[in-house]
Amino acid sequence: MTSFQQMIAKNQTTLGTRRKMVNALMLTVTGLLTLLVLALLFWIVGYVLLRGMKAINLSFITQPPRPLGVAGGGVLHAIEGTIVITVLAALFAIPPGILAAFYAARNPNTPLGIALRFSTDVLSGIPSIVIGLFAYAILVKPMGHYSGLAGGAALAILMLPIILRTTEEMLKLVPHDLYEGSLALGAAEWKTSLSVIFPAALDGIVTGFLLAIARAAGETAPLLFTTLGNERYDIKGIISNGIVQHQSFLMIIGRIVNQPVDSLPLTLWKYAQQPYPERIDQSWAVALVLMIFVLLMNIIARLWIYFRMRRMKG
Amino acid sequence: MDLLPHAAHERLDLSFLEKLGKGISIMTLQVMTPINHETNANAPVKVEVKNLEVYYGKFRALAGISMPVYENQITAIIGPSGCGKSTLLRCFNRMNDLTSNSKVNGELILDDQNIYAPGVDVVDIRRRVGMVFQRPNPFPKSIYDNVTYGPKLYGIRRRSDLDEIVERSLKAAALWDEVKDKLGQSALSLSGGQQQRLCIARALAVEPEVILMDEPASALDPISTLRIEDLMHDLTKDYTIIIVTHNMQQAARVSDYTAMMMIDSQRAGQLIEYDRTTTIFTSPKNKQTEDYVTGRFG
Repeated sequence: MTSFQQMIAKNQTTLGTRRKMVNALMLTVTGLLTLLVLALLFWIVGYVLLRGMKAINLSFITQPPRPLGVAGGGVLHAIEGTIVITVLAALFAIPPGILAAFYAARNPNTPLGIALRFSTDVLSGIPSIVIGLFAYAILVKPMGHYSGLAGGAALAILMLPIILRTTEEMLKLVPHDLYEGSLALGAAEWKTSLSVIFPAALDGIVTGFLLAIARAAGETAPLLFTTLGNERYDIKGIISNGIVQHQSFLMIIGRIVNQPVDSLPLTLWKYAQQPYPERIDQSWAVALVLMIFVLLMNIIARLWIYFRMRRMKG
Repeated sequence: MDLLPHAAHERLDLSFLEKLGKGISIMTLQVMTPINHETNANAPVKVEVKNLEVYYGKFRALAGISMPVYENQITAIIGPSGCGKSTLLRCFNRMNDLTSNSKVNGELILDDQNIYAPGVDVVDIRRRVGMVFQRPNPFPKSIYDNVTYGPKLYGIRRRSDLDEIVERSLKAAALWDEVKDKLGQSALSLSGGQQQRLCIARALAVEPEVILMDEPASALDPISTLRIEDLMHDLTKDYTIIIVTHNMQQAARVSDYTAMMMIDSQRAGQLIEYDRTTTIFTSPKNKQTEDYVTGRFG
């Protein structure tokens, strides 16, 4: 009778070599592909940086645009517009997003919870241009004009699934023990959610917000149908005008949001289509500004988590 | 230093030495058994469990449990895994209400009030019956805010009142000296044992009458376990304690009364023996109890 050891003895060397070879091969393949993906990212960033550097300087982000042929000028209005519509989108999307996520996290297996999760998935798959068209039909058309408000609403629809999903996942990560600990002290469920669960999940939730905002800020297609673009969009002008004319605060806010606004992605798109080298350079500079904006959002998200963690760990 | 009364000494020493061989040194046992408690023969009944049944859907998890819980005593619930110990414990503050499709029959009388009677305020029950969980679960807040969480729920807002409660509760939980200079720090910065004592302080802050402990030391190291057990003993001056434990030495060390549970043929948890802890561990009436406490199964 041969023992198992004896049976495999003659195979042992070949098996060992094969194992090592396959191991080395797989390591090489996965490592190379990782490098490839990384290289792609650096290529994009590097290329945009290279092309954008030509036209970018401080006045590019502090000056309004100048007509073709006049040197200099910037994209201040587009930056203002992008900030306005992303803030609007965040205001529209965050409150319902959080509340619905709370419901879904607490009642995952109820019909409403299941429906919510399913429709979130579907919503996140709808092409952004379709959402732009939708916002055009139900907001721009009845209002009779393009506006930042409509743009904000369109972006809010895009942000909603991201916010819902991240918030729900973060709420689910909060240990069940905390929930029971609070209820065992006699706390009501809403109180537990508000003062124990929500703070415990806040890091992840805020990260979700920032990522959603960064994603929305770069969207172009929905804005084509909603904000239109407006090179003369000038918040400082609206505010100083409003003050001179003794307009109320709400009135001024209304003027800021209720007219066509400029935005970075739209400006990029418009400039890039023009046959003038000057504009082409500027469109690359806009791309750079957008990229830096998104990068900043990511950095802020990470810093926020870092400092919160440090405070929590004491 | 005796683990158990003299009468049972010879018979039990052997069984414990067997257990000791499984990894706990004799030294540890000596360190861990300083608690002497005199069981009060005439303690009044604090909670009366009457024919309590718990269903999860159609599944009967607990089958007709009846037992008294005596005031200012420690009652241990022991038994093999899955026998319904925790389910029973969670009936005392109606935490089973949280499990969907659970249903409770029978009565659980706290003082004179059946807490399962219709119209009973669950919030009030949970204030009077506090709970400490298996894993320390401090809220991700400061030490101070953890302790004041309960009192604030009941409308205590004055800073001086809250300060007083924090000091009193942390002292009662034997944590004050370690944390008095860092009350504003996050509770998560404490060690596991400290976190568990903080959770006890948090439960004490609303001045409950009964404290439920669901394996409160199973996630802690031996030294922290010892501190928790010491603390439990001190707490019996003011509180009635019910503890679920897997650890039979722990039950023998800390408790005055022991309830032994086992599953029946339908997999429902039932109480097979309930008596003074000394009796359960020295001369149990039930053969299964004897096998279990001597480590022959379970």
